[in-house]
Amino acid sequence: MAKTEQRSRLSRSRTRSAWLFLAPMLVMLLIVAAWPLGRTIWFSFTDASLDLMSEARWVGFRNYLEYVDFGDGEGQYYGLLADPRWWRSVWNTILFAAVSVSFETVFGLIIALVLNQQFRGRAFVRAAVLIPWAIPTIVSAKMWAWMLHDQFGIINDMFMALGMISEPIAWTASPETAMVAVMMVDIWKTTPFMALLILAGLQMVPGDIYEAAKLDGVPAWRVFRRLTLPLIMPAVLVAVVFRALDALRVFDIVYVLTPNTDATRTMSVYARENLFDFDQFAYGSAASTLLFVVIALITITFIMATRMDLEGKRS
Amino acid sequence: MATVELINVSKSYGNVEVLRDINLSLQKGEFVVFVGPSGCGKSTLLRMIAGLEDISGGDLLIDGKPMNDEMPAKRGIAMVFQSYALYPHMTVFENMSFGLEQAKLDKDEIKARVEKAAEMLQIEGLLDRKPKQLSGGQRQRVAIGRAITRDPRVFLFDEPLSNLDAALRVDTRLEIAGLSQRLPDTTMIYVTHDQVEAMTLADRIVVLNGGVVEQVGTPMELYERPASQFVAGFIGSPRMNFLNGAVAQAHGAECYGIRPEHIALDHENGDWRGRVILTERLGSDTFVHVNVEGIGTVNVRIEGRAEVQAGEAVHLTPDPASIHLFDARGQPVSG
Ligand SMILES: Nc1ncnc2c1ncn2[C@@H]1O[C@H](COP(=O)(O)OP(=O)(O)O)[C@@H](O)[C@H]1O
Ligand SMILES: [Mg+2]
Repeated sequence: MAKTEQRSRLSRSRTRSAWLFLAPMLVMLLIVAAWPLGRTIWFSFTDASLDLMSEARWVGFRNYLEYVDFGDGEGQYYGLLADPRWWRSVWNTILFAAVSVSFETVFGLIIALVLNQQFRGRAFVRAAVLIPWAIPTIVSAKMWAWMLHDQFGIINDMFMALGMISEPIAWTASPETAMVAVMMVDIWKTTPFMALLILAGLQMVPGDIYEAAKLDGVPAWRVFRRLTLPLIMPAVLVAVVFRALDALRVFDIVYVLTPNTDATRTMSVYARENLFDFDQFAYGSAASTLLFVVIALITITFIMATRMDLEGKRS
Repeated sequence: MATVELINVSKSYGNVEVLRDINLSLQKGEFVVFVGPSGCGKSTLLRMIAGLEDISGGDLLIDGKPMNDEMPAKRGIAMVFQSYALYPHMTVFENMSFGLEQAKLDKDEIKARVEKAAEMLQIEGLLDRKPKQLSGGQRQRVAIGRAITRDPRVFLFDEPLSNLDAALRVDTRLEIAGLSQRLPDTTMIYVTHDQVEAMTLADRIVVLNGGVVEQVGTPMELYERPASQFVAGFIGSPRMNFLNGAVAQAHGAECYGIRPEHIALDHENGDWRGRVILTERLGSDTFVHVNVEGIGTVNVRIEGRAEVQAGEAVHLTPDPASIHLFDARGQPVSG
């Protein structure tokens, strides 16, 4: 009797210190994440504008969707959900995220496999590979903007010299190539990050099983398919989620590299232009809120579809 | 007929030679143990036979065929690793069948082989589990089972018991001995640093020291006629007493060796006089450490209980037929 009481007292005091240790982080998250998010969601249901934020009034779902009756049986839907520009930016964002993250995963995996081998100068190569990731996005976007410039850019110069194109291409300005240019720069920049996360996963794979496979005479590609890939899959999936979260809210590359057109406008760019350029603060807040919902839905779907092991139970 | 032959085999890492002049000939079905202190090159030698390390010099033959440049999978060997090296994401069944799929066996044949090996090791009930859900001893059996399914000519073990607790180690040792009896045509090479494992399991023991073979022989040959002071000290437990000075010189040697079990203890008379420092009672045996006048500390092994106390004066008599004499280089001197 006395014993169980003692134990429960011990476990209660453990619970108490756990909360104590968690408290600073919870407070921090409340201030920097929950509060701004809550404010944004609230503004999205008001008629707030930049200069009249304190006089914001509740308007319900009007920013999202509203049916305006013109009388005589005519009418039209207004609001974010009825705006083709918004849906175009949703599509742009998802396309951008899917393509960039896919390429980054494949290239990152290849680089990680190479960096996991023993070779002379490996430490140097490992550091060198990280350079694109270390450069601030604004700087690298500007750098690429120059390299892709239609008149002075080195890319056009090289392609012309090689005879691959007959006249200069306005990579970032023309609607056909702008999205490709944005993706290319993002892949260039973020592949090192992916490679690093996957490399960490690769180094967790015990070396002795490769020797066992060698004795079994398993060829290299099958070792990769049946041993390496399944064993690093949890690490790869986590890396993909990290990257997807990042890519779905892409802003800086698009904003610096391309003019604001339908070809490359993403959800973040759309939200920003409404919030600050068009003085439709409430409408922009609604876009931000939907952006949050879309990212959350995609991430949750991905985690469930891959049955990802977030609590580390299976590893 | 010899299954495994090593001729002047050597191994270097860069400028460092870790093995040299290894000449061995292992008979078919023989159980051979490589024993020696840590770092003497046992694992390296085993891995060279397996094909996991390149052979720097000399020749390796298996069943008479040169194997230096043969792929590991083509050598007819199977290996049990110290760390088990099980595939963590595969079930026990998959662990055992993965290599067989590679050998292009059909499904029924694979299933039959896995089940036969599982039955031999009594792990039939574990086939659906992952390695993580197994105890150390069970993992060890799976690793051995995986090796059995390959139906090898040569079975290689690298310190298979070192990750098990003491009781399990004895059980598993007996099982490995049983396994070798059930596979009479399979040559077994077993690496350990533990001389007890070597003595109990081996048909023949290869004692390695500092990258060279010190002696090859049956356990009893090594025990009775060690070819060097190193082997004399390494084989046998408790360790042989090594005495320098006057006792050795009286026999024309640098070092006088006598095993603790070859010394008689008496309270009244004997060759040497001394005083008991310490007694260790194991139940079946008693180890008595005696400080002998003019000679030094001598360990004596007495069967059962010995009625001696620390501080007591005793007399010791070494068995003259069991004395080992060595010169300054540790080589035996015929007395
Ligand atoms: N990959 C390696 N590179 C350099 N030296 C090594 C390597 N592997 C083993 N050695 C050296 O070879 C010697 C023998 O090692 P090993 O065969 O593992 O010894 P044992 O198994 O007898 O303990 C040791 O001195 C070790 O330091
Ligand atoms: Mg070893």
